[in-house]
Amino acid sequence: MPIAQNELEDLLRSAFPNGSISVRDLAGDGNHYAAEVVDESFRGKNRVQQQRAVYAALKGKMDGPSGELHALALTTRIPE
Amino acid sequence: MANSIHDEISQAVTDNSVVLFMKGSRHQPQCGFSSRVAAVLTYLEIEYKDINVLADPEMREGIKVFSDWPTIPQLYVKGEFVGGCDIVSEMVLSGELDQLFSENGIRFNSEAANRIRDHNS
Repeated sequence: MPIAQNELEDLLRSAFPNGSISVRDLAGDGNHYAAEVVDESFRGKNRVQQQRAVYAALKGKMDGPSGELHALALTTRIPE
Repeated sequence: MANSIHDEISQAVTDNSVVLFMKGSRHQPQCGFSSRVAAVLTYLEIEYKDINVLADPEMREGIKVFSDWPTIPQLYVKGEFVGGCDIVSEMVLSGELDQLFSENGIRFNSEAANRIRDHNS
């Protein structure tokens, strides 16, 4: 089942309380989003580790067999 | 996860220098993200093995456990998980993918890589 944009934002905000998070709905179907997470906790981590931390925040909502959140175009960055 | 899937996956990433676990195949991709990564690898003239996870539900879930990564596609180079579509795309543009291939002795078309970067600059 799809996920609401604010639910996705809340999940990310609770995992990255000091981070800056922006979420864009790509298709209006609750299944295709783009998200950018900028957080100090990414410093010293490579891209895979950074994105793993974001996926962990989504607690299994990603691409599950029952087709939750199908597509998340994800960008992670360290604050300048 | 049944031992056989884990073994099957580790065998595939050991036996082949470059492996792309994807939805569909390189000739008939069934997902935009999978299609994009397969197209990049083909454009760079990389020799790679494409594995269609949709053909085997156990594989589709097993690969996510194997790599601790929840989405498809997944790219492996010399047995190491490199990333999904976002990461591979960023690495093409930054030149890190060229470096990864060179360091691992994997032939690719570097002019094609430069063309991608020129188009995206």
